[in-house]
Amino acid sequence: MTDITPFLLSLLDLPGLSGYEKPASEMIAKQWQPVVDEITTSTLGSLHGLRKAHGSTKAPRIMIATHMDAIGMMVTKIDQGMLRFTHVGGVDPRILPGQAVIVHGRRVLRGIVQLIPDRLLDSHSAGNAPDYKFLFVDVGLPEKEILKLVQPGDLISFAQNSFEMDGGYVAGHSLDNRASVAALTICLEELRNTELAWDVYAVATIKEEESGLGALTSAYAIRPDIAVTIDVTFAKGPGSTDYRTFPLGKGPSIGVGANIHPVLVSEFTKLAKEMDMPYGMEVMANSSGTDSMMMQITAEGIPNMVLGIPIRYMHTSVELVSVTDIYRTGKLLARFISQLKTDSAKTLFEKFANE
Amino acid sequence: MNKTSSPSFKISKTNLALLQRLSNASGISGDEGEIRAIIRQEITPYVDEIKVDAMGNLLALKHAKIKNPVKVLVASHMDEVGFMIVDDDGDGLFVFEVVGGVDARQLLAKMVTVGKEKLPGIIGAKPIHLLESGEIHDVVKTHAMRIDVGPANSSRVKVGDYAAFATRFHQNGTSITGKALDDRLGVAGLIELVRHVPENVEFMAAFTVQEEIGLRGARVAAFAFQPDFAIALDSTPAIDLPRPDGEENTQYNCRLGGGPAIYLADAGTLSDPRLVRFLTALAEKHGIPYQYRQPGGGGTDAGSLHKTGAGIPTISISVPGRYAHTAIMMAQIPDWENTLRLLIAALQNISREILAVDRS
Amino acid sequence: MKTLIQKLTQTPGPSGFEQEIRKVICEEVSPLSKSVQVDTMGNLIVRVGQKSAGGLRVMIAAHMDEIGVIVSHVEKKGFVRFSNLGSYFPRYLAGSRVHFLNGTRGVINHDRPEDLSKIPGVEKFLIDVGATSDKDCPVKVGDVGVFDREFLDMGNRIASKALDDRISCAVLIETIRNIKSTPNELVFVFSTQEEVGSRGAQTAAYAIEADLGIALDVTPTGDILGVKMQTHLGDGPAIKVRDMGMISDPQVVNWMVAAAKKLKIKYQLEVLEVGTTDARSMQLVRAGMLAGALSIPCRYVHSPSEVVDMEDVALTVKLLTALLSERIQL
Repeated sequence: MTDITPFLLSLLDLPGLSGYEKPASEMIAKQWQPVVDEITTSTLGSLHGLRKAHGSTKAPRIMIATHMDAIGMMVTKIDQGMLRFTHVGGVDPRILPGQAVIVHGRRVLRGIVQLIPDRLLDSHSAGNAPDYKFLFVDVGLPEKEILKLVQPGDLISFAQNSFEMDGGYVAGHSLDNRASVAALTICLEELRNTELAWDVYAVATIKEEESGLGALTSAYAIRPDIAVTIDVTFAKGPGSTDYRTFPLGKGPSIGVGANIHPVLVSEFTKLAKEMDMPYGMEVMANSSGTDSMMMQITAEGIPNMVLGIPIRYMHTSVELVSVTDIYRTGKLLARFISQLKTDSAKTLFEKFANE
Repeated sequence: MNKTSSPSFKISKTNLALLQRLSNASGISGDEGEIRAIIRQEITPYVDEIKVDAMGNLLALKHAKIKNPVKVLVASHMDEVGFMIVDDDGDGLFVFEVVGGVDARQLLAKMVTVGKEKLPGIIGAKPIHLLESGEIHDVVKTHAMRIDVGPANSSRVKVGDYAAFATRFHQNGTSITGKALDDRLGVAGLIELVRHVPENVEFMAAFTVQEEIGLRGARVAAFAFQPDFAIALDSTPAIDLPRPDGEENTQYNCRLGGGPAIYLADAGTLSDPRLVRFLTALAEKHGIPYQYRQPGGGGTDAGSLHKTGAGIPTISISVPGRYAHTAIMMAQIPDWENTLRLLIAALQNISREILAVDRS
Repeated sequence: MKTLIQKLTQTPGPSGFEQEIRKVICEEVSPLSKSVQVDTMGNLIVRVGQKSAGGLRVMIAAHMDEIGVIVSHVEKKGFVRFSNLGSYFPRYLAGSRVHFLNGTRGVINHDRPEDLSKIPGVEKFLIDVGATSDKDCPVKVGDVGVFDREFLDMGNRIASKALDDRISCAVLIETIRNIKSTPNELVFVFSTQEEVGSRGAQTAAYAIEADLGIALDVTPTGDILGVKMQTHLGDGPAIKVRDMGMISDPQVVNWMVAAAKKLKIKYQLEVLEVGTTDARSMQLVRAGMLAGALSIPCRYVHSPSEVVDMEDVALTVKLLTALLSERIQL
């Protein structure tokens, strides 16, 4: 098993905001090359890696979705040389003052996000929590030059570099969801020398943070019999301590709720126990908030499972993950896939369908 | 036979017993198995195929006996709003989340049933004596509430279990009360409707899941069947109550006792006007009381059905019901009966000729 | 073109009830195409050109529907209560007029001014059609109407209700007139029910199965106070980078920008923080479709008097004609 950390660290530093995932897509394709049989791109740009089943007959299909897009910002207006912007995906504006960012204009520019100083605001806006209305990016260039290099629609990504912390932890700004891409890569490596009964579609989806339509359209094209999403979930941390959070480094979360098929809940928990793997149950009563929401309702419907990798400080420039959890998640998924038989699509769901 | 008299269908004791059974059973969005089992038992003798799909929808097909039949899909949702256990707080107390839309103000001091064993549970409330000054005016949020199954039953409940209101069905003259009449009225109605399908109709009865959390089951139910017409059979709130200021109530949505509520527009669907005209004409012809549900707001499975594929002409018909999404709903048997009469007449008269004119 | 725009904006067609505007558009396009159809959702579909080698099937959508009202109740005193078809701002309602499809006209205002500093919600508004009771009221529950405001020619700029999105319908009609030849199969869709969620475009896109989709709509401008946008009236067609429902495929954006540069026409880039268009529905159809949007800058969107610049409109026609007439390299 290769060390996934170098791939993860490089992937984290790439831009690849929703709608503009190409840089990430290219790196992932390279990493998947040795462990899949075919690599294609969907019409909208999701990356499909197919690891074929043994034998040439029409095998059942499992699709695993890990979104490769990251959150960030986008330029809306240039105001006397200062860049005004909006968010792409959910970015809490309160983390922005003082952030180093990269503006992807006609050339790459480094910038600083800051607050319009209180003394320049009227009294009822001063002192308030940071809001997009009063934030801007300064790239330190004269206005004339900026107008040549930057235009509305240009992307802004976090400049924070990824780094390792002792004990097997990695921090960076797009662990959501590149940690899951890494887990899926580990899964594919685990299965490298295994004969499979099912076709495995590893899909790095686009635009999850905006609309989930990457997963919807890829699932429509692939029509899998089972779909699994790997996404990040909330790790216990300051201010995040309730039942929706999981201890960092104590295993993945297995989802349960309306978006997840009860049969798959049983299967995955059974396997985790067999593997002596720690895990948590993530109850999602109404919505899982992941690609599975789209995949479940595609075409005639698809049974779904959601696996979560706990990270702290989700949707910030300093997300934190335990690399061990990434390995665990990849291996749990590999185990599930390796024990699927040719008739599992029927036998797994038989009891449920006939009760 | 007098052509203008209403169809002869009447609600029987059997219909009511089935409705009672369905209302008392639990089927929270995502956990509709108990309802599915009852439906399967009831309709198996009357349909040609039954399939449970990947989401848990129960799709029953009754084939036509002619070539090139008109294809009709009628959908009722099996799921009800309720609760999911999300954390163990110790001592028999469990943290819960609401599944679907429930006003938090409806929950204090109510009984629920928890899990497959249907253990009795209590959503309590702080004693009035212990309230701080002014606290009585605060709305209590659901995350401050707990489901209490008693200290002795703590180990019989686990995170992920579902809980439903504990309300038992009751009939009082023409009034019926119970939980989840939205949409067990529709489910029981669709079970009855399956016995009235004429030979020229290829019929799909879609008992859908997860309507309450986004019309999700319906979205996949119609996809493969691709019907000519779709009808959502649901229940809609009757808010025909007096205003405290004595002014005219202009936002009643529909009226109890006013008959089936035909939808013109809700937040998710603009009904196909051809079907509005078709149903109205039928109701008038057969002397079936009916009303138009006030346009605006709300939604039914039609919201998903009509946008399937290249589009399906769709309409919703609902049985009026008071106090939807609370512990106890109330409906009127004649409204239910007239809804089914209208639908039976619709099945007997529906044809693709309705589509000979443009939509609007 | 102003005559056409006036005719289009003044014909009523609220979401779900587009029959009258569809008839008017049909009269304009029938001489221009052998294939004019109406589908289940009422979309008007006009096909032009054959797909040749290297050509694409392109779906171009402009929505026919406008925001409007649907009667929810007639009071005992004859006042008409209504619900909205599509979203609009209550602050534009008081003093406006309504034109119902059955010919009745009326005025909108509201009752019970409890707090004059707050604008009431839609349910507090009423339409006065001159009735004295519910017995002599010429409208009933379910009747639909649109906001009534005549067309105003201000020279380079025009004002009217329903420029959203009749101005794009006019652009489409003019484009169809202008296209002399094309290697592409062009499917022009005058869509329905965009204002309630792009429902017409969704089902049309499913049936048409195009290779590429373009939506034509209006977009708000940043030249009035409070709107943080770089789009301005008079700066040319806006090429949409994103809105709240959709991120245009970068290849489509680049293709449009290249074409605008080649034509040497002014253009702007649009980043919209509120609302979306038919392009969203087109993008997520089936296994996905590459999609983008061209927007006509418009002031006071969803008010009874929207304003556009005629040069922006002419340039949009020019750009769209060029985009569709040539081989598309994405």
